[in-house]
Amino acid sequence: MIDFLYSQNFINVMFIIIKIIALVVPLLVIVAFLTYAERKVIASVQLRKGPNVVGPFGLLQPLADGLKLFSKETIFPTVSNKIVFLLAPMIAFSLSIAAWAVIPIADGWVISNINVGILYIFAVSSLSVYGIIMAGWASNSKYAFMGALRSAAQMVSYEVSIGLVIITVLVCVGSLNLSDIVYAQKSTWFVFPLFPMFIVFFISALAETNRAPFDLPEDESSLVGGYFTEYSSMLFAMFFLGEYAAMIMMSGMATILFLGGWLAPFNVAILNEIPGFIWFALKTSLMLFIFLWVRATFPRFRYDQLMRIGWKVFLPFSLLWVVLTSGFLITFNLLPVNG
Amino acid sequence: MKKIYRSIWFLFLGELCLGMFLTLKYMFKKPVTINYPFEKGELSPRFRGELALRRYPNGEERCIACKLCEAVCPALAITIESEPREDESRRTTRFDIDMTKCIYCGLCEEACPVDAIVQGPNYEFAKETRSELLYDKAKLLENGDRWESVLSKNIHVDKQFK
Amino acid sequence: MLPFFFYTFAIISVISSFMVIFAKNPVHSVFFLILTFFNATGLFVLMGAEFLAMLLLIVYVGAVAVLFLFVVMMLNIDFNSLRTGMIKNAPLGLLIGTILLGEMIFSFIGMKYGVANKPGNELFIVLGEEENTRALGKVLYTNYIYLFQCAGLILLVAMIGAIVLTHRKRDNVKQQDAVKQILRNREDAIEVKEVEIGKGVL
Repeated sequence: MIDFLYSQNFINVMFIIIKIIALVVPLLVIVAFLTYAERKVIASVQLRKGPNVVGPFGLLQPLADGLKLFSKETIFPTVSNKIVFLLAPMIAFSLSIAAWAVIPIADGWVISNINVGILYIFAVSSLSVYGIIMAGWASNSKYAFMGALRSAAQMVSYEVSIGLVIITVLVCVGSLNLSDIVYAQKSTWFVFPLFPMFIVFFISALAETNRAPFDLPEDESSLVGGYFTEYSSMLFAMFFLGEYAAMIMMSGMATILFLGGWLAPFNVAILNEIPGFIWFALKTSLMLFIFLWVRATFPRFRYDQLMRIGWKVFLPFSLLWVVLTSGFLITFNLLPVNG
Repeated sequence: MKKIYRSIWFLFLGELCLGMFLTLKYMFKKPVTINYPFEKGELSPRFRGELALRRYPNGEERCIACKLCEAVCPALAITIESEPREDESRRTTRFDIDMTKCIYCGLCEEACPVDAIVQGPNYEFAKETRSELLYDKAKLLENGDRWESVLSKNIHVDKQFK
Repeated sequence: MLPFFFYTFAIISVISSFMVIFAKNPVHSVFFLILTFFNATGLFVLMGAEFLAMLLLIVYVGAVAVLFLFVVMMLNIDFNSLRTGMIKNAPLGLLIGTILLGEMIFSFIGMKYGVANKPGNELFIVLGEEENTRALGKVLYTNYIYLFQCAGLILLVAMIGAIVLTHRKRDNVKQQDAVKQILRNREDAIEVKEVEIGKGVL
């Protein structure tokens, strides 16, 4: 045992654990303050003030909310399936954190720089549907069940167009590694040549994270609270945190795919001096702001319209762009060559 | 031509951009909220809040037990019993108002010939129990004493419109 | 460290695949199936086949198993009626199981002693410096391009067939015509008229 403690293996494992903690703790703090930012942004659009009592400018409001949720009682519905009921929020929460393992925050600042990073994120975000569907099923409530079904159908549909958008970017990069995707944007960010794809990606990300105007799974006017109707206290908080962490993850992914990750906007010496993670954070928060801005602007979609847009507009459109982009790259001999 | 223009407008998400910029514009406007428990909004002199029974400046209660308010009350919230006092003036022995029944219509105030029962400017009288909202005469008179300065001013201001 | 992870994934996947059969509730069966897929993904990653692992996760766990779950949850299955035919169908199930097992054994024997294992044969991707996504692509789009395209074509035909079989045209349903709605504008829809007093609008 003593030998193991001094071995290189142990040090490596400890180093990885420290890296994970260094990523997850700030992430959770950011998630907490994202809820605050959301309330403030929506309030300012609606000419209100938003939370401003707890702490200076209401900055301690998320802590107060968290404390409240901690001290509440966890209620299990009478005929619910307790294990699945408990498992669902854990899955939803841990999956939205797990995706961060491969996201490069700055040059080389990544926990696991795997070759198939983008596929990993895509897989993890497609798994998050299980948290929701398990919650809906285990709650033994019709509202939760309907919400879960809606959400599952919605997420599966919009994953298709997200997948095609990712393919378009990959055709331009020639690698599935997220750091390589950022390196490929050294001269131009992909948001300029692939702007329509950026829009498609953003709107699909809204649907994928169940955000307004596609927040039908938690549509309170028709489904009470959607899939987390029956959840309370920390279990509810885990869904809540998971949703916001997924939002940050999607913004981070948009930053990496289209906005050049940690790269400075212009290749100027002064801007390059600023550390990469600050650029990454700035771009991600810009995306998050647009998430909130959209929520403050648009009314909720009707379910059939949501499905129509997903399958009849975004899917053909992004498929067309995949073909167009690859055709363009082949015609002008611009295909990336590496390896 | 118009169809083509509309199609291009739709293709570049014109309506959505318009909406987004409208909300962005509103984001920089001054909020209209007041911080309620610390700041309060302006009240009209005719505001119909918590009920109160007033006294004359010499301390004599105004109510003469005519029971007009009891008769006019559409919610049957007022109960009055009366008998002559020692100085043979007619006074109420019981004046109960069930604030859980009261609909704040203000008819009692209008019916009162001596401006005894009035609806004051107080709207912050939420209670924890139901029984605390069953006001008796003492409570109503106490309300009247507490808000007398505002009440008399409001009645004076509103007199010219009656 | 590696054997530890291997045995964890392997044991969980074997146990959960047994639980797929033995779980009383069909929804639990599907959950265990998902767990099996997930652990198989872990095994793929340990073998260095990360591309296949992620595809398994995206395609089977992310899409196919969701549909399974949908069907099992939506259908109100009567468990007792399902169990009645158990003994009658058991021989058939055993037969299919034996055939599958036999095929697997044969393919393993073939892998070990067959022609395919000769060095220089392109059947196997050589694990080496090259990342396996690229290696897979190189084999799939050169030697096996016709088979690959064929598989794609079969899937396309199956998809079109499924749509044709399930799609029926209903005339009595009012449907939204989005294009018509978008191309309509204020000038076409609204007309402001001067109304004289005592006379209506014609």
